[in-house]
Amino acid sequence: MNNTNIILILVVLTNLKLLGSSRLGASIRVVAMQGVVLGLLPVLAHTNELSLRYAVLAAGTIALKGIVFPWFLFRAVREAEVTREVEPYVGYVTSLLAGVLILAVSFWMCERLPMPETLASSWLAPVAFFSIFAGLFLIVSRKRAVNQVLGFLVLENGVYTFGVGLAPHTSLLVEAGVLLDVFVAVFVMGITIFHINREFDHIETNRLSTLKD
Amino acid sequence: MNPESFIPLLLALLLSPLLPGIINRTKALFAGRRGPPLLQIYFDLGKLLRKGAVYSRTTTWIFRAGPMLELAAALAAAMLVPLGNFAALIAFPADFLLFAGLLGLMRFFTVLAALDTGSSFEGMGASREVFFSALAEPALLVALATLARQAGSFSLSTMLGQVSGGHWLHLGPVLALVMIALMIVLLAENERIPVDDPNTHLELTMIHEVMVLDHGGPDFAFIVYGAALKLWLLTALVVGMVVPATGASWLDLALVMGGMFAVAVIVGVVESVMARLRLVMVPQLLVGAGALAAAAFLLGLK
Repeated sequence: MNNTNIILILVVLTNLKLLGSSRLGASIRVVAMQGVVLGLLPVLAHTNELSLRYAVLAAGTIALKGIVFPWFLFRAVREAEVTREVEPYVGYVTSLLAGVLILAVSFWMCERLPMPETLASSWLAPVAFFSIFAGLFLIVSRKRAVNQVLGFLVLENGVYTFGVGLAPHTSLLVEAGVLLDVFVAVFVMGITIFHINREFDHIETNRLSTLKD
Repeated sequence: MNPESFIPLLLALLLSPLLPGIINRTKALFAGRRGPPLLQIYFDLGKLLRKGAVYSRTTTWIFRAGPMLELAAALAAAMLVPLGNFAALIAFPADFLLFAGLLGLMRFFTVLAALDTGSSFEGMGASREVFFSALAEPALLVALATLARQAGSFSLSTMLGQVSGGHWLHLGPVLALVMIALMIVLLAENERIPVDDPNTHLELTMIHEVMVLDHGGPDFAFIVYGAALKLWLLTALVVGMVVPATGASWLDLALVMGGMFAVAVIVGVVESVMARLRLVMVPQLLVGAGALAAAAFLLGLK
């Protein structure tokens, strides 16, 4: 049992917590925690070649996902003056059960897919897919725009997990590019949330779709 | 049949009322009280057994049979649970299903006796009990299935006996998830905080306590003793999986007994520092426990 597996289990647990959590603030904090934990992943997964490259990647990830994004989202929530409930389409208990189902599907799928030999842990690919699907599920099952941003972040965390597992094959530039993309995306989403809220006095996407004129 | 197999059963019969005593003592210490003596449950049982029972005219034979059948189910379950290196009196493949079934049977008779009184409060408690246990049971079964897979055996005796330090070294996080799930099931099944408060006597919030309000005398003694046995058995499950087997029978037994009392202290601490969850939050907690167990099961497959 190495450190990578402990991190991957933490990722699974934070995803399940997100699916079952009813509080907006708690959800943001959980995503921040997931970001910090994942930031440590490149350093711990490739201990045999501790290089500047992984250290930079870890530092950048932790700074962005653990500090900048949560601060930004908390600010968006405060300025949009939304209540602290999550307001899901799909209830928390059903979401949790769906999460378990997604986890099972991810494990089943990764049995079938051809995987490169160099993955740091046999759990890495299933957990990465679990994050991706859980993120998608969070995006479609929650009403608030803030929650959809969180779902997007979880999805990206899944992509990142897989990328780190393959780190010897991919270049740092790709990772940095993805991080930058996410940063811009969250930035734009934060501004959009603020503007949607100012125009319509709420950020509930189901009410936006019934809008006329 | 090995005479040593009687040791887990005898210890369960003799020492199970001690666990609630330890829990109450821990809670008292936390609250700055001296608390009831450790043997209080034994005194209570003695007092109740010397009393006569009073039966309402609305009740039928079901109400009178309920406590006896409950205790019988608990005793049968006690024969299935091993302690340390000593195998249980009865052990066969897939006996963990029988164990879960007997716990379910016990609850079924409690619920039936509660409904037989015709009181609306007892009906409410029965409804909640059944709802929550329906959610707790999958968590228990999946957790035990994970253990069965890791130990490569479907019998409780070998399953709990074989979890060793090596398992914890290789699959520590997986076993930890199973342990947390089992601990939540333990708290829920034994009507402990954060699911139910054993001290509350406000009818609207009670779950287990409200169902046994109409029982008295020896019947209530059976119920209290049955509940203590159930607490003992589930604690034995948690401890059996946490305490690694050293190989020396008596040392193992001592370790396991220490673990049992430690879990009782932990339950007492949980009850002292936590508040009861709102009733609507309880299903979330129990499904969460089930999700943890399922995640452990899946992670253990790889």
